[in-house]
Amino acid sequence: MALYRNPKAWLFLLCLYPLVRLAALAWTGGLGANPIEFITRSLGTWTLTGLLITLAVTPVRRLSGYGGVLRYRRMLGLFAFVYGMLHLLSYLWLDQFFDWPGIFKDILKRPFITFGMAAFILLVPLALTSPHAAMRRLGRNWQRVHWLIYPAAIGAVLHYGWLVKKDLTQPLIYAGILALLLGTRIFWRYKKTKAG
Amino acid sequence: MLIKQAPDIQPSEITAETVYRQRRQFIRAAAALAALALTPARAALPPYKKNAYGGGESANTWDEITHYNNFYEFGTDKTDPAKYAHSLKPRPWTLAIEGACRKPKSWDIDALTRAFPLEERIYRLRCVEGWSMVIPWLGFPLASLLKQVEPAGNAKYVEFITLHDPQQMPGQRQAILDWPYREGLRLDEAMHPLTLMAVGLYGRELPNQNGAPIRLVVPWKYGFKSAKSIVKIRLVEQPPISSWMKAVPREYGFYSNVNPEVDHPRWSQARERRIGEFLKRPTLMFNGYGEQVAQLYRGMDLRKNF
Ligand code: HEM
Repeated sequence: MALYRNPKAWLFLLCLYPLVRLAALAWTGGLGANPIEFITRSLGTWTLTGLLITLAVTPVRRLSGYGGVLRYRRMLGLFAFVYGMLHLLSYLWLDQFFDWPGIFKDILKRPFITFGMAAFILLVPLALTSPHAAMRRLGRNWQRVHWLIYPAAIGAVLHYGWLVKKDLTQPLIYAGILALLLGTRIFWRYKKTKAG
Repeated sequence: MLIKQAPDIQPSEITAETVYRQRRQFIRAAAALAALALTPARAALPPYKKNAYGGGESANTWDEITHYNNFYEFGTDKTDPAKYAHSLKPRPWTLAIEGACRKPKSWDIDALTRAFPLEERIYRLRCVEGWSMVIPWLGFPLASLLKQVEPAGNAKYVEFITLHDPQQMPGQRQAILDWPYREGLRLDEAMHPLTLMAVGLYGRELPNQNGAPIRLVVPWKYGFKSAKSIVKIRLVEQPPISSWMKAVPREYGFYSNVNPEVDHPRWSQARERRIGEFLKRPTLMFNGYGEQVAQLYRGMDLRKNF
C-alpha cells in the first residue's frame, strides 16, 4: 500500500502537529514574553489531550460499532507518552536547568508537581509494554497493566487543577471530559454485569 | 509619623544610570523603540524628571511589559489583557480620596498628572507566580497625594478600590474574584517614598493592559498588591481585606512582601525567572528593596504576617 494511502501514516503526521507548531512559533518569535512557560504548558496540554483521545478510542468503537479505530490506539497512547516525556524534559531542562535538589524539593513540596510526576510514572510501564511482543508475553496481564491509564489520567487532571491560581475553568473542562470517558466504561460494565 | 528617608539616590548611582543607558543591550533597546513607533500615539504626559531608581537593572522591553500581564478583569491568561483591554476607557476618569482625612478630594486624572511632578522610576516587579520584570514607570509618590488630603489620626490603613464595570472589563462577568478588585496597605507603607502612583510607562501614558489611567506600584511586594485602574482610595482604621485574601486566605496575606524564605503553600518563592532570561535567578528579600523598607517590619514575624 502506498504510504499516502495509509491512514496510520496520516495520523502519525497529525500527531506531530503540536511539535511542528511549537517549532514554527519558536522560529517566528511567537512564543510570547515567557517562552519557557509557553513550551512547558503547551506540551502539558497536549499530553493531557493525547491521554483523553486515547481513552476515547474504546467509547468511539462501542458507539460507532467500527472496530478499526482500535488499530490506532497504541500509536495515540505512545504519542501521549512522548509528549509527556517532552513536557517533563522541558520542566527538568528549560524550567529548572537540572537543578536536582530544587527538582526533588519541588516533587515533594508542590502537590501539583507530585501529581504530575505520579501520573507520568504510572505511564512508564504502559509505554514499556506497548510492543506487540510484550503484549503477547503478558497475555491477560497486559490488560491489567494498561488499566494504569485511568489513575494516570486522573492524576494528570489533578495536576492541572492544582497548578492554576484561581480560575479552574480549563482544568474543569478536562475533568468533565475525563469523567464522561470513564463514566461510559462504568456504565457499560454495570450493564454487562446486570445482563450476565 | 516617622518616615525614614531611604538612601535611594546616591551620586554613584546616578552615574551608573547614565552608563546603564549607554550600555543597554542594543537589541532590546531597538526592539522597544520599534514597538513604541508602532504603538498608537497617546496624549503626551507632562515633562518628567529622570532619576536614579533602578540601580543598574536593564529594563524589559515595551513589548514584554505590555503583552505579559496578570489583569483578571480582562481574562486569566497572561496574553488576555493585551487582547481585550481596548474596551477600557481611561478618560474621563476621576480618582476620589476619602475616609479618615480632613480634606477628602476628587481629582480628574489629567488635573492629577499636572498637579504632581512626574518622575521616572525603574523598579523590579516580582509576580507571586515566580517571574519578574524591570519596568520604567512614570508617576509620583503616593505620599504626595495623601498629604494633600491630610490623613486623620485614626487613619491606620489605606484601601484601594478599582473600577467595577463589566462593560469595560469583560472579565468581571465571571466571579473569579470578588469585584471590584481591592487592595490595601498600612499607612506607613503607603507613605513610604518608594510607593508610587504610576500614570505612565517608558515615558508614555500607561497602556490599558497595565492599569490605565492610574495604578499603584509597591515594588517590594508581590505584583498583585499593585492595584490597577484605581477609582477610589480610602483611609481607614481597620486592615482592609484584599480581593486575593478574600479569595484564598490561606495563600495570600495582607502584607505579601516578596520573601524568598516564605514559600507560597503550593510553590517555592526562592527563585524567579526574569522575563527575557533563561536561567532562574535567586529572589531577593523585599525584592531587593530591604535597605529602604525592612525597618517597616522590624520585630514582625514575616512567616505569620505573610
Ligand atoms: C502524564 C503526565 C502529565 C500531564 C498529562 C501533564 C499535563 C499538564 C497540563 C495540562 C498543564 C497545564 C498547561 C496549561 O496551563 O495550559 C501542565 C503544567 C505543568 N506541568 Fe505537567 N503534566 C504531566 C506531568 C508532569 C510532570 C512529570 C512534571 C514535572 C515533574 C510536570 C510539570 C509541569 C509544570 C511545571 C507545569 C506548569 C508550567 C507553568 O505554569 O509554568 N508535569 N501539565
